[in-house]
Amino acid sequence: MHMLEVKNIHKSYCKVEILKGVSFTMEKGETKVIIGPSGTGKSTLLRCINQLSPPDKGEVWLDGEEVTNPKTNINKIREKIGFVFQDFNLFNHLSALRNVSIGLEKVKGIEKEEARKRAVEELHRVGLDAKAQQYPAQLSGGQKQRVGIARALAMDPDIILFDEPTSALDPELIGDVLDVMKSLAGKVAMLVVTHEMGFARNVAHEIIFMEGGVIVEQGSPKEMFTNAKLARTREFLGRIGALYGDE
Amino acid sequence: MGLETIVASLPRLLDGLRVTIGLTVFAVCLGTILGLLLALGRSYGKRALSLLINLYEKIFRGIPLLVIIFIIYFGPSQIGFNLDPFSAAILSLGLRSAAYQAQIFRGSIESIPEGQISASYSLGMTKIKAIRYVILPQVLRLSIPGWSNEFTILLKDTSIAISIGVIELMRQGRYIYVREPDLALAIFLLIAFIYFLLVISTNKSLSYLEKKYRMAGYQTEAHR
Amino acid sequence: MTTNFGQFFLDSIPNLLTGLGNTLILTFISITVGFIIGIVLALGKVYGNKIINGFCVAYIELIRGTPLLVQLFIIYYGLPSIGIIFTPIQAALLGLSINSSAYQAEYLRGSIQAIQSGQMMAARSIGLNKLKSIQHIILPQALRISIPSWSNEFVYLLQYSSIVYIIQVEELTAEGIFIAASNFRYIEILTMIAIIYLSLTVVSTEIIDRIAKRFSIPGIGAAKRVSLRDI
Repeated sequence: MHMLEVKNIHKSYCKVEILKGVSFTMEKGETKVIIGPSGTGKSTLLRCINQLSPPDKGEVWLDGEEVTNPKTNINKIREKIGFVFQDFNLFNHLSALRNVSIGLEKVKGIEKEEARKRAVEELHRVGLDAKAQQYPAQLSGGQKQRVGIARALAMDPDIILFDEPTSALDPELIGDVLDVMKSLAGKVAMLVVTHEMGFARNVAHEIIFMEGGVIVEQGSPKEMFTNAKLARTREFLGRIGALYGDE
Repeated sequence: MGLETIVASLPRLLDGLRVTIGLTVFAVCLGTILGLLLALGRSYGKRALSLLINLYEKIFRGIPLLVIIFIIYFGPSQIGFNLDPFSAAILSLGLRSAAYQAQIFRGSIESIPEGQISASYSLGMTKIKAIRYVILPQVLRLSIPGWSNEFTILLKDTSIAISIGVIELMRQGRYIYVREPDLALAIFLLIAFIYFLLVISTNKSLSYLEKKYRMAGYQTEAHR
Repeated sequence: MTTNFGQFFLDSIPNLLTGLGNTLILTFISITVGFIIGIVLALGKVYGNKIINGFCVAYIELIRGTPLLVQLFIIYYGLPSIGIIFTPIQAALLGLSINSSAYQAEYLRGSIQAIQSGQMMAARSIGLNKLKSIQHIILPQALRISIPSWSNEFVYLLQYSSIVYIIQVEELTAEGIFIAASNFRYIEILTMIAIIYLSLTVVSTEIIDRIAKRFSIPGIGAAKRVSLRDI
């Protein structure tokens, strides 16, 4: 049994079909990167997985539980699926520390002092323990995103979904965030939508190329970068690789 | 002579002031709690609830306060039970204020980025938890300028309670004027001054609150 | 019982109509006079020297910081003690106009300042003097931006005109209460009155919105519907 099973996902917005039947699986600790042109439904796919935007057709299974079943307690499932947003979406009225601990306290029901301790650990893990008392408005983009990752990590999820985590960052800050993500490889399953080819090449176990709402090709980084089967894949990787460079 | 009488009437005015403040505080509480519920109901509730709340707001914002006070005070007597003037005034002021406050809160709710809810859900929060721990704290902070505005409006509107016999500041002034018509201008100017002081001090304290709880990174609507 | 009410209803109509007429007169005159005084105050506050500005600020703060009813009492009950006597309607018109002028001054000031710097610089740089700039460039835009607030002010006056009942003016609410009390039919009459006010509010808002659309220029203001209680 796979840890995550995505089966035949279809999703439309305003009568336009964005996802036209997407299926794949993931195992524990795996890192998969989804690449492809903008507007092909990559972000939509992520939101279908944690039901922020339920799919019109298809199923998602996590650890043998059917996520897409209306009868399933979606909040319980969401504790196991972390989400890191392109726009960070940190809670503006809370300090960095509190941003990380609030899920522990109010969702998992952990006692206040224990939650605080764990939050400090997570912030330390992403290198931001010094910023614990700062508010989101006082943090740089890269710091905000790292707090976002800490917030997701604190919940001890089986998998973390990353929705273009570095796209809103200044170039010099991207490195810090990617470093944190690298350190998580193998420990937590990660499904990452990104344009960062360096990360895809060096950290991913598998790369999925999506276009037009379907998976065009998927394979290990080695296969995809040096020996992709389809011309379109080679073309895209070539162009983007040149643009975003190697790490 | 004039000054003596004015000084002698101060205790009376103080009584009236107390009633005025009492009316304001009770009405504000009613208006805020109800207004918050209305705003949340309209933004997060089902369609039917939303429509009902919309209707409530339109009605209570479209009818003069005086008419509402009369209906609430005189209406019950027609069907058999009596409401005392003080309660009737608080009820009227509060119900009406709720309609305006609902609008203020709703404006704040709408200016909170949708991402805040997505992030809350992603952590596994239920809708209620998300509203309670993430949305509401921010809504309250954002609403402070509009809310303070509403507070001073209520303060001034309490003067209308004179029409159903509540013995607040205005009515005390009236008593004095009736006995000493020569001092009418002085008395009412004094009363105006008292209201003015109340309004200014409330504004200053609420302004302090606003500065203290301002969330950096948020553009609150420019309030005139 | 129903025919009784029907007859009663028909009998009350003439009085209610007189009341309604007075309410409308009060509203229209006050908002107009308030507007004229308001513009002067707004201009004085934005462009005036320290003395003029100070006077305008004081006027606006004092009027907005005290209840309408107090202002009416000062005019109607207070002034006679120094020899100035007004009839109820005169006092009502004076009080409502002065009150409205302070609030309108603030709306207008906000609009003028929103347009002010960029437009004034542009106007001066083509050679218009200050007065002409205000007249031809600033005001036309500021007035258009103010329309939503102006719409609110109209509704506000419509409703608050009822307060002049307390200084014995026979407007709509006064007539209503009188009929209701004489017949002990509070709920019926007051509900009717409430409906009349509601309809007036809806109709006038609609009319003002239409007029606004007529005079609107793409790109200038009136984009957002402002809260009915922005002050």
